[in-house]
Amino acid sequence: MTLPREKLLEWYHQMVLIRHFEERSLDIYHAPKPEDRHIGGVYLHVYNGQEATGVGALAALKPQDHVITAYRDHGIAIARGVDPKRIMAEMFGKKTGVSGGKGGSMHIASAEHRMWGGYAIVGGHLPLATGIAMKARYMDLDEVTLSFIGDGATNNGYFHEALNMSAVWKLPVIWLIENNLYGMGTAVEDASGQVALHKRAIAYGMEDGGRIDGMDVTVVYDAITQAREYAIKHGPILIESMTYRYEGHGVSDKVAKERKDEMAKFQDRDPIKLLAQQMHDAFGAGIDDEIKRIDAQALREVDESVQFALESPDPTYADLFSNIYA
Amino acid sequence: MADKNISMRDAVRNALLEEMRRDERVYIMGQEVGKWNGTHKVTRGFLDEFGPRRVKDAPISEMAIAGAAIGSAMVGLRPVAEIMTINFAFLALDQLINHAAKIHYMFDGQMKVPMVMRCATGWGNQATASHSQTPEPIFAHFPGLYVGCPSNARDAKGMLKAAIRDDNPVLFTEVIALYPKPGPVPDDEEFLVPIGKSDLKRDGDHVTLVAYGRGVDWALEAAKMLERDGVRAAVVDLRWLRPLDMSIVFESFKKTNRCVVVEESLPHFSFGSEIAAQIQDKMFDYMDAPVKRVSALDVPLPFAAEIELMALPNAQKVVDAVKEIL
Repeated sequence: MTLPREKLLEWYHQMVLIRHFEERSLDIYHAPKPEDRHIGGVYLHVYNGQEATGVGALAALKPQDHVITAYRDHGIAIARGVDPKRIMAEMFGKKTGVSGGKGGSMHIASAEHRMWGGYAIVGGHLPLATGIAMKARYMDLDEVTLSFIGDGATNNGYFHEALNMSAVWKLPVIWLIENNLYGMGTAVEDASGQVALHKRAIAYGMEDGGRIDGMDVTVVYDAITQAREYAIKHGPILIESMTYRYEGHGVSDKVAKERKDEMAKFQDRDPIKLLAQQMHDAFGAGIDDEIKRIDAQALREVDESVQFALESPDPTYADLFSNIYA
Repeated sequence: MADKNISMRDAVRNALLEEMRRDERVYIMGQEVGKWNGTHKVTRGFLDEFGPRRVKDAPISEMAIAGAAIGSAMVGLRPVAEIMTINFAFLALDQLINHAAKIHYMFDGQMKVPMVMRCATGWGNQATASHSQTPEPIFAHFPGLYVGCPSNARDAKGMLKAAIRDDNPVLFTEVIALYPKPGPVPDDEEFLVPIGKSDLKRDGDHVTLVAYGRGVDWALEAAKMLERDGVRAAVVDLRWLRPLDMSIVFESFKKTNRCVVVEESLPHFSFGSEIAAQIQDKMFDYMDAPVKRVSALDVPLPFAAEIELMALPNAQKVVDAVKEIL
């Protein structure tokens, strides 16, 4: 392993922070007492299992680059460096949330991080990514746009139009499919004629970045690092990251729990355990204590985020009408 | 500066030219806007002057044209996207309604969407049902989006320039039948018609005719016909369906106590419905008669010229409606 120790520890921290953050979110959403269910509403899509893809991909970006994703967005925002306190507060519907409590779980954005959001219409953010990337070409800037794409989103018209347009104009976009095998409850093979989703690049005359192991953060990091270079020089590239979500599509989906054997197979290669093992092998048993310390630290950060959200004020009647127009 | 007598087509063209020369961030994207010189010849010569960087011929991808405009606007460009006719903008409805109109609010003001979507609109010319519609009210339903439709060359220039300079998403529709119609237009780069300002096109004290777009022509023609019978009709051009400025309508209504709404669009859940509702709500004490609506007939538009015109409003229908309530 050639990657520096500090870098790997930082990724480990982000991954374990995302894991704890998401598990706590689920606990709060499903709290036995109604008064403890501070995350309300009907939508909560967690990132457990997919951490290596988000963390590895964002580690390969530069600060001036752009990120956009769908509604499974908490983990992406954390990996981009957005304060978990403000993400948790958003999910609690508090005024201190990243989107002032107006967006909720599916609409986490932070303009200062160039994390342009979580979007809740499947595929709806893909042409936005095309447009964001247009600016880099328009102004000749060293900026790429990384757009996450759920496997399910590859089947609606947005995917076709947005990817084709990016290829026509040779825009610096990394299209990163997170293939977690299911679009809601429907398996990829039941929804896609071509199940090797990365091959769709060929149809657009776009660089086919192939299929990568989305459970290994170092693999994802390497792939996106190379993709960034390619996209800046030549134009868009499509990569398919094979991953798995440990929970249902959303909180209402109980079906995923029935896929025990499949789940076990992926959990054997859990991205967090895998990285811990890789670091152990590379740097010796001395690193294990460090890993435990980071684990505890991440838990504390999640506690703090919950505390922050609990103590934060609710939006007011005036907020209901603010920012409808600029 | 003096007025020049030019067509509405040239007024729109001049507005675009002036704004592109003024602001490097303004660019044009749409089907056939470049090499073809624009389907309606509004952008003729633009490709020669500004080049393909700023005049972008787009694939037939309405969703991506709208989405890319939004995305590029979020990061600081000022796109003027063209969808050939408003009938095709239905394909972009999700982008306009779920994205353009909501992004500023949903992320609590973190991003602005300073884009204009231009569409040709209007009934007739045997264009048939799917190409012959005036559906502005559908788009005006949603807070977050502005919707404007000029009735003449002068307003077209001033309204479009104001729309391009505004920081909010604007749907700007241009009635095809009005493109060749000449009128006096200020030859002034700073001539703006503010967003959300209605206009008294003719004063009168017996009845208030309220219209936008092509309806204004029918209303003005009807007012002339009524004058012969000694009826003095006021004509208010709302110009913007959102924000809706009812101040001049109310002022006029206090004097006339009667109102006829003239709309090229369909009657069901329409522009006229909204105007009538607001008058009965806010002007009840001044009402001497029910608010009448002259709309297109509640049918899809047929091809055969003999019956096509029967479905459309005209000045005589407006005169008849006025006579019913005098």
